[in-house]
Amino acid sequence: MVLSPRLRWTLRILTILGLAFLYIPLLLVIVNAFNSSRTFAFPPSGFTLRWWSDTWHSSGARTALWTSVKAGLGATAIALVLGTCAAFAVQRYKFFGRSTVSFLVILPIALPGIVTGIALNAAFRNEFGDNGFGLRTIIIGHATFCVVIVFNNVQARLRRMGGALEEASRDLGATGLQTFRYVTLPNLRGALLAGALLAFGLSFDEIVVTTFTSGPGTQTLPLWIFGNLFRPNQAPVVNVVAAVLIVVAVVPVWVAQKVSDGAEQSRF
Amino acid sequence: MARGEGLSIDTRPASADSTPARRGAVSAFFARKRKTQVALLLLPPAWIVVGYLAALVVLLVSAFWTTDTFTGNVIHVYSWENLRSVYTDHLFRTVTLRTIGVALLVTLIDALVAFPMAFYMSVIARPATRRMLVIAVLTPLWASYLVKAYAWRSLLSPTGALTYVTGGHTPGYGLTATVITLAYLWLPYMVIPVYAGFERLPRALLEASADLGAGAGRTIRSVIVPMVFPAIAAGSIFTFSLTLGDYIAVGIVGGKTQLLANVIYGQLVTANDQPLAAALSTVPLLAIVLYLLAMRRTGALENV
Amino acid sequence: MTTMLRRTSTVVSLLAALSLVAACASSKSGNTSTSKRSVPKIAMATAVGPGEGALNIIVWAGYAEDGSNDKTVDWVHPFEQQTGCKVNAKIGNTSDEMVQLMKTGQYDGVSASGDATLRLVYGGDVAPVNTNLVPNYATVSPFLKNGNWNSVNGQMYGIPHGWGANLLMWDSKKIPTDLDSWGAVFDKSSAYKGKVTAYDSPIYIADAALYLMATQPSLGITDPYSLTPSQLDAAVALLKQQKSNVGEYWSDYTKEVQAFESGTSDVGTTWQVIANLITADKKTTVKTAVPKEGVTGWSDTWMISAHAQHPNCMYKWMNYIISPTVNAQVAEWFGEAPAQTLACQHTVDKSFCDTYHALDSSYAGKIHYWTTPQTQCVNGNGKSDCTDYATWVSKWQEVKG
Repeated sequence: MVLSPRLRWTLRILTILGLAFLYIPLLLVIVNAFNSSRTFAFPPSGFTLRWWSDTWHSSGARTALWTSVKAGLGATAIALVLGTCAAFAVQRYKFFGRSTVSFLVILPIALPGIVTGIALNAAFRNEFGDNGFGLRTIIIGHATFCVVIVFNNVQARLRRMGGALEEASRDLGATGLQTFRYVTLPNLRGALLAGALLAFGLSFDEIVVTTFTSGPGTQTLPLWIFGNLFRPNQAPVVNVVAAVLIVVAVVPVWVAQKVSDGAEQSRF
Repeated sequence: MARGEGLSIDTRPASADSTPARRGAVSAFFARKRKTQVALLLLPPAWIVVGYLAALVVLLVSAFWTTDTFTGNVIHVYSWENLRSVYTDHLFRTVTLRTIGVALLVTLIDALVAFPMAFYMSVIARPATRRMLVIAVLTPLWASYLVKAYAWRSLLSPTGALTYVTGGHTPGYGLTATVITLAYLWLPYMVIPVYAGFERLPRALLEASADLGAGAGRTIRSVIVPMVFPAIAAGSIFTFSLTLGDYIAVGIVGGKTQLLANVIYGQLVTANDQPLAAALSTVPLLAIVLYLLAMRRTGALENV
Repeated sequence: MTTMLRRTSTVVSLLAALSLVAACASSKSGNTSTSKRSVPKIAMATAVGPGEGALNIIVWAGYAEDGSNDKTVDWVHPFEQQTGCKVNAKIGNTSDEMVQLMKTGQYDGVSASGDATLRLVYGGDVAPVNTNLVPNYATVSPFLKNGNWNSVNGQMYGIPHGWGANLLMWDSKKIPTDLDSWGAVFDKSSAYKGKVTAYDSPIYIADAALYLMATQPSLGITDPYSLTPSQLDAAVALLKQQKSNVGEYWSDYTKEVQAFESGTSDVGTTWQVIANLITADKKTTVKTAVPKEGVTGWSDTWMISAHAQHPNCMYKWMNYIISPTVNAQVAEWFGEAPAQTLACQHTVDKSFCDTYHALDSSYAGKIHYWTTPQTQCVNGNGKSDCTDYATWVSKWQEVKG
């Protein structure tokens, strides 16, 4: 195909426009984190760091952040185990119902959050009673749709690896467990890390299912944001929290990219 | 980050599937052992999958129940009334069609915006730039979904940035704002799979197309789009299902607009009619399942 | 082909097995008829023991202030210090939300308006209240005791909190003349097209009915909550016509605050507390009024859940919130008439109770308080041809399209 200069430039401009579309609202959020107007009039009426100190002292935001981190870690841990098991089963074995597994695993994430939320809410009420809602139910709810992310990443990696290395290891006399520990796992590290980061990010920002699976006393960060989004005194604090999230987010995204590119070197 | 995006960042072409080892005399022993291995491996994920399915089935069964209209308590009296009204009532049909329309429009917009971006990122950009662009596209997913929707509310408000820039013109809150905001929110979920699809595109085909005399436009139409289509379909699964289930962003920028998920939420909370909400949930459920099955045939599920 | 058959049979048997799970799901049964209803038997507390250390309540916005809206407005922390009950207050935006939240059984109590109270009582979600255990109840306004919205067969099901009206509010910078009629929001050729706002709940139909009571007397509406099907249709038609002028509906009070401050809404129905917040923010100025056609309103009652995990803390809260000083604080912050007669001596504005007609039972009787419509007309005319709330809910969804 002829990559004419005209084509290059058209695509370059379209990409820049696309990125602008993505980032202008985010820049607005960051600007508003310093905007001295509480209702975010545009143009900003002044510069202030007041909201940053308010956020620092906001116990509601801190508690919610910590709850979100705990829920994310829990859900990611479960997803790592379950997703890897399922990926191995599907990729390395032939069994009845194999193609259905991918379909079933993707359901929690494909179905609208409100459907998952209502269904899980009723199930948890039956299982744990009216007052059994809390961090535990949030983690289980998040795990249902985090599994598929780890599953897909690990499955893709296993597919690319092929079984050759593992066969060779078994030929050389290693047991299944040794093969897994010394051969498979190191090669999977990239996929596991990428899957874990994506799963954590997903759980961290999820709101719909969480609305239906949390109890009265537990608030994740999105729930806290939702409750404070319109409140005149709290909305600037929400902006600060969001601005921090945006800036901090570059780190895990960059790490995930580096890791999945680094895996390239292990191939031969 | 609202939903699973770029579920696999790994984009290199796949090698052949591995097959179980066959070792002649001990193959029977291995076969038995493998059956237990599979069973053991599937047990933990089965627990969560079966639990989830059970919850869905209970939800579907509850669609057949009714409620006491005064107290809102659920009564175990079976009737087709809920499902009948969901699929024949004028209001529900209008809202369903509106929601599906919005979902398709959002998917179209995202596909159109994502295609040139992914094209540039994969084919034209230098490797260093490429990595930066991927990071640039993925980072907005970590900004809170709620805050992004609220940022659009602020942008589109009568005293917001858009009015300032255009001198007083803004679409305000309504269906237009909803489409724009939803397209914005799900854009990265479309860019990443399409980018992955472009990565899988053999460059040799592009060269061959040029050698055979096709111009850029013809190559895009006849070679690139068909090959990248499964990836676009994969991205469309996200944009479609995410739009179908959204009630929060609509509440923030939609003004007086109602989408299907708002109606479901309304029936659950306002009307305290859980069975009717469950019956209404069958609509997006069916829509997504049908869409997934249709996309399966295009090979999209392999590209997710 | 065999694979597909096997797959289908597996799915079917899986569904069958899972249906057995469905059969185990618990539920409560209830009467379907709205006349001859019986109240579920639920035990009433006989004594208030020591606090359990926590309290989960559902409240209207502004009823449980803890200083986060305004540092000087805080009656939750003093309560926590006095009783050791840590308060977790969930704001309910509409009565419907509150009923739904109470049904989850996860909360100890709720500040219920008249359109939620009886639903909760007959649904078995709240327990009768032993008023002997609430000392401050003795000095509550007598016209709030044993009302038909908060008691059944002489048994009180809650502690009265306060009452007030849904007012008409407008942005006085954009609308310099004072408004005095609901026509500002209901007129087809409204001057405020696209800037009208309305309360997002089926109970708002009563506001339309109230307007029709004054402007179309031929319809024969005597009570906005007792509407025959044809009267309901007329109200719905008015609301559909209003929709073309509406910019946004509101149920979250902060959304209305923000809408007025950003210019998205210029006129609509409101609570006094919203006007107070907008005035305090100084972004724009608003005025409120009681239009000549009359107003709908609410009379709120604190109720205790039948599944309360912290009943002692709830009784302590109920006694605390209607104590003279605290009830005065809440009433002044929210902008409503306090239920506690002694509160009038503790308000900062000494003429507060006069302005709000707090002790005037005949004025209180003129407000059309939120009530749940039933087929047996709630205005007590003995007829059973009125539309019930479930019908109102479907009609409201139709209005919103």
